[in-house]
Formats: sequence, C-alpha cells, structure tokens
Amino acid sequence: MGNRLSFLAQLALTLLVAAFLIVPAILSMLAGVTANYFRGIRSGLTLQWVMQVWELYADTIVRSFAVALITLAVTLIVGVPAAYALHVRGDRLARAVEEIITLPLAIPGLAIALALLLAYGGLSDFRRSSLFIVAGHVVFTLPFMVRSVIAVFALIDVKTLDESASSLGASAWRRFRDVIVPNAVPGILAGSLMVVTLSLGEFNLTWMLHTPLTKTLPVGLADSYASMRLEVASAYTLVFFVMIIPLLVAMQIFADRAGRQVALR
Amino acid sequence: MTSAHGVAVGVAACAKTFPDGTRALEPITLDVARGETLVFLGPSGCGKTTLLRIIAGLEQPDRGGRVLFNGADVTAIPIERRNVGMVFQSYALFPNMTVAENIGYGLKIRGIDRAERAQRVAELVALTGIEGLEQRRIDQLSGGQRQRVALARAVAARPSVLLLDEPLTALDAALRERLRFELDSLLRMLGITTIYVTHDQAEAMALGDRVVVMRKGAIAQVGTPREIYFVPANRFVAEFVGAANLLTARAVNGVLNLTGGKLVTADVNTAGDVVAMVRPESISVVAPEAASLSGQIERISFVGDRQRLTVRGTIERPLLVDAPNTLNLKIGERIGLAIDPHAVRVLPGERP
Repeated sequence: MGNRLSFLAQLALTLLVAAFLIVPAILSMLAGVTANYFRGIRSGLTLQWVMQVWELYADTIVRSFAVALITLAVTLIVGVPAAYALHVRGDRLARAVEEIITLPLAIPGLAIALALLLAYGGLSDFRRSSLFIVAGHVVFTLPFMVRSVIAVFALIDVKTLDESASSLGASAWRRFRDVIVPNAVPGILAGSLMVVTLSLGEFNLTWMLHTPLTKTLPVGLADSYASMRLEVASAYTLVFFVMIIPLLVAMQIFADRAGRQVALR
Repeated sequence: MTSAHGVAVGVAACAKTFPDGTRALEPITLDVARGETLVFLGPSGCGKTTLLRIIAGLEQPDRGGRVLFNGADVTAIPIERRNVGMVFQSYALFPNMTVAENIGYGLKIRGIDRAERAQRVAELVALTGIEGLEQRRIDQLSGGQRQRVALARAVAARPSVLLLDEPLTALDAALRERLRFELDSLLRMLGITTIYVTHDQAEAMALGDRVVVMRKGAIAQVGTPREIYFVPANRFVAEFVGAANLLTARAVNGVLNLTGGKLVTADVNTAGDVVAMVRPESISVVAPEAASLSGQIERISFVGDRQRLTVRGTIERPLLVDAPNTLNLKIGERIGLAIDPHAVRVLPGERP
C-alpha cells in the first residue's frame, strides 16, 4: 500500500517535471518546423522557418560566436595568470581581489551593464562595437574561469610544485609554461567551456549593451519573439538549442574526465 | 665524484618574523663547511624548515640577516638563480612529466642539449636505482620510488648545495630505515654540501656530520652526533636526543647523593646542587649487596634487542635502565646498579 503510494507520488513528480521542462521545449522546437502552428502538425513539416531565421539572423549567430571566442581568449589571458598569482600569494590582499572578481556573480547583469554604460558609454567608437559587449561578458564570466582554475590549483598543491620548479632554476615564466599551465589543464578546460556557454546564452547584460548593429543570438531571439510570427521565433529557439547543447554535453564530459584525472593523483 | 664539492654556506644573524608578528626564528649564525652534511633537528615549530627555506631563497630573513655562499652574499638572489637542489617533504614531482623529464628538467632549464641531458639522466637513474622507471608517470610510482626521483632531480644539475626538507617523513617506518642507509651512502658518494631537516633524532645522527638541535626558533646545540648524544648542552637536548635520565642532586667532591645511594662522577670538582644526565644503556645491573647504588624493579618492557627496566627508589623519579635481553629479572626484585663515572654528564646550563 505504502509502496504503491510512493510509486504514484514519484510518477506524478516525474510527469510534472516532464510537463514543465520537456514538453514545452519539444513543442517549441516542433513549432519551428511546423508549416502552420495554428493548424498544428497536420499542416506539414518544413525547414522554411529555419531558413528564414538563417537569412534574418545569421549575423547575430556569427557575432555571438565571435563574442564568445574573444571573451574566452581574454578570460584565458587574464584569468589563468590571475588564478596563479592569487593562489600562490594566498594572503589577505589576494583573497580580497578574489572576492572582488567574484562580485559580478551576485550583481544583476542589468546593473553591471548600466555601470559600464555610465563609465565608458561616452567612448562612442567603443560603445558602437561588439567589443563593448565583449567587455561586459568578460566581467561576467571571468570569475568562472578564475574559480575553476583555482579549484584545480588547490587540489594539486601548485604552490610546492612552483617552489620546486624555481629551485631547479626555472624563471616565473618558465614555471608558468612548463609546470603550472599543464597541470591546470582540467580546470582551464572546464572554465573555458563554462565561459563559452555563458557568453553564448547571456541576455541581461547584452540586451543593455547592444546596439541595433551589434545584436547577439539571445538578443535576436528576444527580437524575433517580439516581432516575428511564432514559427520563426520557434525556429530560432531550435537553432539556439542545436548550438548550445553540444557545448553543454562537451562540458559535462570534460568535467567528468578532469574529476577522474585529479582523483587519480 | 668522491671529493668534496659544492659551496660553503654561511648564515649570519638570520631572524624571521612573519607578517602576523609571529617570531619563527631568533637571529641565527651558522657555518656549513664545503662538502659537509649538516642536519637541523628539532620538534615541529622549532624553525628548522624556515631556516632551510631562508638558505634556499624561498623566504627572506628579517633585515640584517644574510646568507652567504662561499662568502658571497646571496640574500637578494632569488632561488632560481642560487643553483640549489631541493627535496621537498611531499617531493613535489611534476605530474605532467615522466620520471626522466622530471630528472632532466633542471638541465633543460640550463639549456643543456638533449644528448647530454639523456646521458646525465641515465647516470642518475643508475645511481638512485630506479632503472626501468624512466618513462613512468609520477602517479605510477611508489613512495620510495618518488623519493629517489626527487633526489635524482635535485642533484641532476650539480647544485652548489643540496637542501632536504624531511625527505623520509612521508614513508612508512621500515622503508624509512632502509632509505636512510641508501641516502647516507649516496650523500657520501656525491660529497656535496648538504643541509637536511628532520624531527627524527635517529635520522639526524645517522646522516649528519654535525647536528644543529633547534628549539623555539633558536639553536640549542651544535655538535657531532656523538657530542649531542654524550655531551648534551642542556636538559632539552638531553631529552630530545635519545632516552635520558635526568637527576637532580647535591654533589660533594664529585659524588652525587641520591635516594638509592651514591653516584661517582668523573669530575671531583663537581659540587653543590646540580642536574646530571645518565643514558639508560650506560647503567648496568649488578648484585645489590656490593653496589653503591640500588633500586627496585617496577616495570620490565621487553623490546627484543634489550629490556628496558623502570627502577624505583634510586632517584626521586623512575629511573630507566637498559639491561641485556638475556638477564632473568622479576618485577619487585631489588637490584644493584653500576654506572661508569664518565657516563654521568653534569648539565652545565641547568639549575635544579
């Protein structure tokens, strides 16, 4: 009796999750390939809406990837050495800096965007370029890179590795190149995938920072929801899914592998 | 390779105060001769590792402190340009490199070409007895193998001085003992100036030409293993290095008056209230009738190569006596004790 009840309760929960998480996603994607949504799937399947999205919004997709990759490059160049320095120093100042870097996680994206606009909105060439969006994305994603690299450093006792490399005569740069970075690869990979995924999906900040000529994929998505027929908006969602899901899967795989590697040591 | 090489190391007035105000090291002045093995021995927190790190260049001494290599001031020179070899307690081998790459890293940094590097690595692999492991990854090695790789890596580039920070502490007891002998013969063979940090007195005495006993950031005594064992400067050294009986007594013309009788010292001028030390193994068990000193056996613990007796009634505190393992003794038995006057060490710096 009790077993049956608990089974029913679990089934109900599963169905509820499916109803709110999976069904809408499937419906939305289906709508993107349906000839006429109001007549339903009987009206036939078509790729015309997807083609139309590509014609209308290809530039936002390309721009989103460009922004994500430049953001990744900047977070790598800034974040990995920063994580190294913060971890090796490990004093009160280092901890304060780490806190400050992490702050954007707690502040609403809109507020960060407003602050960026107030501070640098006046530099009109910069303001008009996609680099302005990159700046916002770097502020937003940097903590993820720094944190995941520091997490690996803490696991492998990078401070002693650094000291032993220096006792063998290696300069700070050689230590960083030969010992620190190769041993931080799992953290760097995990951080990189996180940065790219977050940057591709970022809307809050980007919506405030974009201009009509620098729309990204999620901003275009909002645009199409507001002004296009439902099928086009849904097709756009489909395109977004197709781009982001392989990244999420890769992230999961790398995270698992990195976890295993570190556990081996 | 058997002749002494490396540099003479000097430490002049090196003190260390950490940013939070903790005083880790009182001003220390020391000289290490070229080719000598010097051991820093002391309990945890005595400052021995801090002193080693100052010599290495991983820590800076407080203002006024200087580190000298062959008389030249190297205090301002960072570790990577001091040409030291260092073995860390955790070994700190590079997980991203093979055994051979680890050993050759210092040579690679110095721009030595591949062929010469391979030759030197092979030499060290043979010397440390790790043949066949060259292409292994670090996580495929046992603790003892890691220790050998760490040592080979540290000496590969022929450093001026070899610094070892508790290199055997991470190993289990049996392996530690075996590696201690290995390490000793290796250090003798290399003949390089070596500074070795440990909290294990047996390790310190087995490896050191001289031992620096440290306590609370200061030097308690510097001497050869025999000196610190037989002629400890004070109570701390006597008790830290080996087992010791400390007795407090009034002396007249070199004779100490104890609860259980009289104890003759080698120096007839010993007089007044003194603190003296007698090692358990320098006391022998004799028939009680003829002995000038006696006591009653309270406990016997058999440890294989000998039996350690706890004897009551000789001094105020229980007296430890090491008796031969063949002697047939019973708890409660009254025994006589004979002590060679030369084995009684009056501690000069101690007042009862």
